[in-house]
Amino acid sequence: MKVRYILPSFEVLRNESKCTACRLCERQCANGVHSFDPKRGAMVADDAKCVNCHRCVCVCPTGALKIAASNDAYRANANWSRDAVDEIYRQAQSGGVLLSSMGNPNTYPEFWNRLLINASQVTNPSIDPLREPMETRLRLGCRNVTIERDRNGRLKDTLPPQLELDVPVMFSAMSYGSVSYNVHAALAKAAERLGIFYNTGEGGLHRDFYKYGKNTIVQVASGRFGVFRDYLDAAAAIEIKMGQGAKPGIGGHLPAAKITADVAETRMIPEGSDAISPAPHHDIYSIEDLRQLVMSLKEATGYRKPVIVKVAAVHNIEAIASGVARSGADVIAIDGFRGGTGAAPTRIRDNVGIPVELALARVDERLREEGIRDNVSIVVGGSIRSSADVLKAVALGADACYIGTAALIALGCHLCRSCHTGICNWGIATQRPDLVKRLDPDEGAERLVNLITAWKHELEEMMGGMGINSIEALRGNRLMLRGIGMTDSELGLLGVKPAGESM
Amino acid sequence: MKIDARGQTAKRLNAAIAASHDKVVEVEGVVGQRYLGTALVDKILKIDGIPGNALGAYLDGAEIELFGNAQEATGDTMNAGEIVIHGNAGDATGYAMRGGKIFVEGDVGYRCGIHMKAYRDAHPAIVIGGRAGSFLGEYQAGGTIVVLGGEDESRTVGYFCGTGMHGGEIWLRAAQPPSTLPPQVRADKVDTLPEHIEELIEQWCEKFEKEPNIYTGSKFLRLTPDTANPYKRLYTAN
Amino acid sequence: MLKEGQYRNPSGCAVSAVIDRSGKPMSGRRMIDSIAVMHERSNGLGGGFAGYGIYPDHKEFYAFHLFFDDRAARKTTEEYILRHFEIAYSSEIQTRKLPTVTDEPIIWRYFLAPLPRKLADSHLDEREYVARCVNRINSGIDGAYVFSSGKNMGVFKGVGYPEDIGEFYRLDEYEGYCWTCHGRYPTNTPGWWGGAHPFGLLDFTIVHNGEISSYDANRRYIEMFGYKCTLRTDTEVITYIMDYLVRKRGLTLREAAKVIAPSFWTTIETKSEEEQREERFLRRAFPSLLITGPFSIIVGYDGGIMALNDRLKLRSAVCAEKGDLAFVASEESAIRRIEPDLDRVWAPAGGEAVVFELYGKEAAR
Repeated sequence: MKVRYILPSFEVLRNESKCTACRLCERQCANGVHSFDPKRGAMVADDAKCVNCHRCVCVCPTGALKIAASNDAYRANANWSRDAVDEIYRQAQSGGVLLSSMGNPNTYPEFWNRLLINASQVTNPSIDPLREPMETRLRLGCRNVTIERDRNGRLKDTLPPQLELDVPVMFSAMSYGSVSYNVHAALAKAAERLGIFYNTGEGGLHRDFYKYGKNTIVQVASGRFGVFRDYLDAAAAIEIKMGQGAKPGIGGHLPAAKITADVAETRMIPEGSDAISPAPHHDIYSIEDLRQLVMSLKEATGYRKPVIVKVAAVHNIEAIASGVARSGADVIAIDGFRGGTGAAPTRIRDNVGIPVELALARVDERLREEGIRDNVSIVVGGSIRSSADVLKAVALGADACYIGTAALIALGCHLCRSCHTGICNWGIATQRPDLVKRLDPDEGAERLVNLITAWKHELEEMMGGMGINSIEALRGNRLMLRGIGMTDSELGLLGVKPAGESM
Repeated sequence: MKIDARGQTAKRLNAAIAASHDKVVEVEGVVGQRYLGTALVDKILKIDGIPGNALGAYLDGAEIELFGNAQEATGDTMNAGEIVIHGNAGDATGYAMRGGKIFVEGDVGYRCGIHMKAYRDAHPAIVIGGRAGSFLGEYQAGGTIVVLGGEDESRTVGYFCGTGMHGGEIWLRAAQPPSTLPPQVRADKVDTLPEHIEELIEQWCEKFEKEPNIYTGSKFLRLTPDTANPYKRLYTAN
Repeated sequence: MLKEGQYRNPSGCAVSAVIDRSGKPMSGRRMIDSIAVMHERSNGLGGGFAGYGIYPDHKEFYAFHLFFDDRAARKTTEEYILRHFEIAYSSEIQTRKLPTVTDEPIIWRYFLAPLPRKLADSHLDEREYVARCVNRINSGIDGAYVFSSGKNMGVFKGVGYPEDIGEFYRLDEYEGYCWTCHGRYPTNTPGWWGGAHPFGLLDFTIVHNGEISSYDANRRYIEMFGYKCTLRTDTEVITYIMDYLVRKRGLTLREAAKVIAPSFWTTIETKSEEEQREERFLRRAFPSLLITGPFSIIVGYDGGIMALNDRLKLRSAVCAEKGDLAFVASEESAIRRIEPDLDRVWAPAGGEAVVFELYGKEAAR
């Protein structure tokens, strides 16, 4: 007798009166949930295969489908959740390391929602952003200048290269391989139209996308995939990936199943072989070694491009950031522990790292205490979900934000957290041609442009309410924030006063 | 063209090398200048002294000949070209190199050839005259590493050779396999060297004026991974 | 009661200034008359003046004006001063008793020269040495506050309407080539005289009208460079920004104005290539010193004044000229009160710095 230990998490609910058995759901589900039962002359579903990606629900022409959380229940136990029990069954069966995708879904405290934004009343005016000029444009990079003059006494431009953004939002690193060609195409087109940047991740730069170079940040990670002279030259900036919020301290591993000929070509590796990124850069075992990689990349590109160093938010992030700010890097990107991923060991994703809000607040303060805040810009990511999160991040001290998950959701992602299976029904985290083509790059670009344009308007509204007409006057302006429902030590770490406390 | 490196920063040296109209550029008196020859395409660079780390990083076709020892991360992410070292080389030599060749007369440090790859018709190679430190060919995904072991064939390579190796090949001039090979790496004794390895050894001998017969007649071990997907069974979907 | 600095205290205000570009001295009476016209813009909770060229007999010395809460604070402060300066002359500042000005602290004046040995040992530029000593007294000695520290100039301020403060300090008895003044409308009740304006550091003084919205961004940035914003007022942070940009970084006043009230990017794009280059550089180099929200400021310094509005011009400011005299005020009436017949009157654009200096000063630089 075969015992099924792991029971379906979801139940596919089909309204028989609406279903016409058109079998579209069957064709759209790469997980093989739906099938037609000729005996009954009706559609049936295998709940066990469902990952709740909602593709079938969204395409069903008659609205006959719903996915519900299974109401089958283990005996209630406040200590042993169903997930905890299921994970043990899974490991007992396979002996494997649990692998998950997307960001940490657990109920850890979260701080964006505990920060409230200020507005002007009487003592100074709010500004109407629809009719008054409002600046969301900014530059990323080192601002540590010497004031020099030419013979005529005119100021010389002594600034190192910087990145100019029209909105303080960029698309964060997602490699070709972990996501599809069409995702990259949509991100690149949108970045160009929005005057911002997308990031190749460590999967190389596809030859088709060199034309978006001035809106591209290329990544150099421990595996050095696709890194060569043309790749570095093509980009607007180079990002050294030291760590990722979803999986700090461990490397990456793109299984051969996802490495199609085109992915291999872009990564500049043989087809059919796994693409393994070592946990550390093996030329960086210490902070002075980071400087070596930063400077060698600058040397390789004639000091024409800013270098970003991306690190995961971990316990000692202040000291790490201080070191990075003295490494010659122009930007430090901090990725919080709720950041997404195409695949990470569950235990790492759910237990390692700290929230980016705290990391950002402390890093900004530490760099100011040391007088080196001008050495680097700060970019934060790891679950930025709305323009309000962006605004709060800037007020805490960030120069700009990275969004990954939010961008994928704009492209259709329903957060089913099954990227590691490689059969994403939305054409995002997959290389299967029939699935990839479901994502139209032009429509995707349009949706991304819409999203960021909407966020820009919202930022302008909120800034206008505060009487601030430049995003630069918001950076680090913590008096514009108040905390609610936080402990004194959390308020202290964030450097904000409690709501209700006046100026 | 000859450049005196004394008192010069790496940035100025590289700029001077790039600005030179001569194909062959000689640099003397190098002490510690990093990133020399970075991403260089079509020059022949002859260096006298002890350059700093990351010599020839991202090298893309140029030839570098060093008369002295190299420090760490020589040929990091090198794409094409050749680096010849008349001396020893430090740790992480040839890190993630994708094409071109590195010839080292003496020993190399830890993690030589780590994450070396192959790509289309680019098959990078490192030939080491002396001994290689531990973690030789860690994560190796392609290309060829040859270790001649110097005079003493019994101590060709350190510990944890080929850990995480999932492509390419390592040739050791040794009679016995290293004591700590990972399970996915197999070691085959080879009596007759294939042509491409013989060629690499002959090239090395020519550069350092050695007699090829001393080496090509020896016993060699060929290390190769038996899977391109060594961690396939490690994970379970959650 | 909380002192200024223990909370943020947004204020509305009136400002006024006059300079005789020929250097001819004029009585402080003029400024008292001018600011009195704008009585409605103040609420009796703060007023003050800065006079330039008022101490010609002691012009080689740093003139420190201090508030003391009590004699013990004075004793401690004088011990500190003696360890760092030679005191050329010191006395209590003479005041006039007025029913409208009450609860005044002990107010003293010192003419000081840094001790040469101490200065040499400090490896600091003389002005930086003095600035640090001021900072040390203000943040380190309880009940003592230096509110003026420049050469041949002085700040006079307190709690009350500005015209009353002027009478209190007997400014009709002082003569200087330039005066600035300030009437305050705080939205809280400061009981402390140090919180009144002008705010000064060395010969730099600032009077300011408006509440800036960029305050904490500016404060947290400028504090990286050794400044400590203890009063938490807009005026204080603007003073430090000007001191940093002009004295420490070597920008001209007009360049500094382009940092704190820059043109919008879209406006910059319409300018000449040379202007674009300069303005882009300044914005890119010092973005955190951009000041948003309403302000009109008058910067006083050795030999001149600069008036500047925020870039949206959310506060009023009027400039005028009459012969050698030049004026700036929140309202034209404040100028007309003391000079009815003007050669020229105009309202500068938002972000447009207007500089009036002693003749020959520009050439001397």
